[in-house]
Amino acid sequence: MSEMIVKSVDVAVVGGGPAGLSAALSAKKNGAKNVLIIERGESLGGILNQCIHEGFGIDSFGEALTGPEYMQRFIDQVESERIPYMRNSMVLRVSKDRKIIVSSKEGLYEITAGSIVLCMGCRERTRGQICTPGTRPAGVYTAGAAQNYINLRGYRIGERVVILGSGDIGLIMARRLTLEGAKVLAVAEIMPYSSGLPRNMAQCLYDYEIPLFLSHTVVEIHGKKRVEAVTIAQVDERFKPLKGTEKKFECDTILLSVGLIPENELTRDAGIMIDETTGGAVVDESLQTSVAGIYACGNALHVHDVVDYVSLEAEKAGKSAAKNAAGRQQEKGTIKAKPGEGVRYVLPHKVSGHADVKFSLRVSSPERNVKLIVTDGERVIKTFMKTRVNPAEMIQLPLKKSEISGSREIIIKLQNAK
Amino acid sequence: MPSKNYVCIICPNSCEIVADFSGKEVAKIIGQSCRKGEEYVRKEIVAPERGLTTTVPVKNGDAALVSVKASKTLPKELIPKAVSAVAKARAEAPVKIGDVIIKNVLGTGVDIVATKNVSRKAGINTGQD
Repeated sequence: MSEMIVKSVDVAVVGGGPAGLSAALSAKKNGAKNVLIIERGESLGGILNQCIHEGFGIDSFGEALTGPEYMQRFIDQVESERIPYMRNSMVLRVSKDRKIIVSSKEGLYEITAGSIVLCMGCRERTRGQICTPGTRPAGVYTAGAAQNYINLRGYRIGERVVILGSGDIGLIMARRLTLEGAKVLAVAEIMPYSSGLPRNMAQCLYDYEIPLFLSHTVVEIHGKKRVEAVTIAQVDERFKPLKGTEKKFECDTILLSVGLIPENELTRDAGIMIDETTGGAVVDESLQTSVAGIYACGNALHVHDVVDYVSLEAEKAGKSAAKNAAGRQQEKGTIKAKPGEGVRYVLPHKVSGHADVKFSLRVSSPERNVKLIVTDGERVIKTFMKTRVNPAEMIQLPLKKSEISGSREIIIKLQNAK
Repeated sequence: MPSKNYVCIICPNSCEIVADFSGKEVAKIIGQSCRKGEEYVRKEIVAPERGLTTTVPVKNGDAALVSVKASKTLPKELIPKAVSAVAKARAEAPVKIGDVIIKNVLGTGVDIVATKNVSRKAGINTGQD
C-alpha cells in the first residue's frame, strides 16, 4: 500500500466556495500562518461560478455584482495573500482529532490541522426526495443542474418547461430559460406562498408573465423516453391533491426547485452534533461545533438567502479558527438559544453572554405586522417590530452582551403586533 | 386616488411600494425603506429598466463560455433584443472581468462586458511542438 502524504496546517478549510474563501482569508488576517483550502471542484468559487445573474454583494460592496464577479474579489485576495489551495481534491474524512483525509491526483493526503472550518455548502433536494409520481423519463433536472448546463456548458436543455417549486434558483432559471428562447409554461408551488424572494418573483416571473400556481403539486409526470407532459393539481391544507383541479402541460423539460440541504456527511461521520431542523451542525457563538477546534459556516451550517451573509458568517468562523489554532481561549457557550412559536430555527445554538451576538433565524410562515420577541424563558429581553416576515428570508437580530448575560436560556418567538 | 403596487427589485429586502396617482402625476410613493426604492418606482412608472446577464462562447478558453452583463441597466423592452444580439457575439481567450465584448449594444450607449476571467487553454498557439 502506498503511503499517505502527511501534512500539517494551522487552519484547514473544507470547501472553496464563498464560505471557504472568506473563512480562509479571515483566518489568515487573524494570525493563522498556515492556512489551506481544500476544494472538490475544478476551480474555486463554488456555486457562484454558475450564478451569472446580478444581485450579489449589495451589503458588502454596495453594488449588485454577478456571482463570478463577487467570487473573483475573494479569489484575488486569496491569491495575493498566497493562501494555498488544493483543487480537484475530495475530503473523504474529518475526524475528531482534527485529521483530514483527502483524495487528490497526487494520492491520499493526511492533513493534521490546528482548526478545521467546514464550508461544504449545500446541495439540491432531488426528485427521489420529494417522491414525484409518474414515469422516469429524461428531461427532469434540478434547477441548479440546469443552471450549470446552460451557464457553464452552453447546453440547450429543452423548449417547453414546467418548474416545480418556487425556490430562488428555480425563479432565476425561469427568466434565464425564457431569455434563451424556451417557453416556461408554469411554476407550481405546493405551499400557499413562494419559497423564493419577492424580488425574484417580480423580476423573473411577473416581468415575463410566467404563471405561478400556489398550493399546487405534481400528480403525474408523463413520457417514456423523454418528458412529454406534466399534470399538476391544487392541494388541500394537508397537501393532498384535490380531484378535479388537475391541469396538464405538454412539455419536454421539468425543473425542480424544491429546497436545499446542507451537505454534512463529513460532519456526521466525525460525530459532530447536527440540528435536524437546519441540517447543519450545532454551534456556539464562535461557530464552533460540538467538537473542539472544528467550526462550521455558510450553507453547510444553514441555508442562507444572500451570499453577503455567508461571507460575514465565514469571516467569523475563520477568526475563531485562527484563535483556536493559536491556543487562545474562547468563550464557551452555556446559554441555550431556541426557537419559540412561529420561528423555525435560531442560530447560534449556544451563547456565552460575554459578548454581543447576532442571532440568525427563519420564520415558519409569511406574516405581516409582527414582533419578534426575545425572552429568557420568562422575562422579555427585547422586541423587534417587523412589517413583513418571510420564510425565504433569513432574519438577523443583534443583541447586546448586557441584554443576554445572566439569562439561563434565550427563546425567540413570533407574535402578532396587535 | 388610483394607486399601483410595486415590488422593489434593487435589493433582497424586496420592499412593497405603493404609488398613488392623481391623474397621470405621481402624488405619493410609500412603503420603500430607502431612496433607491423611490427611484426604482419612479423609473418603473415612466420607463422601466432592467439589468441583463447572459453568456458568450469563448474561443480557445479554458471554459466554454464567459458570463457577461450590460454595463448599465437597459430599457426593459429592449432586453430580449439585446439578448439576441449578444447571442451572436464570440469572445476569444484570455478574457478579463470588465473586458468589453460588445460596444454600444443596439445603439443604447451601454456596453456588454465580461463578468468572469477566462484563461487561454493550455497548449494553444504555443508554436510548434
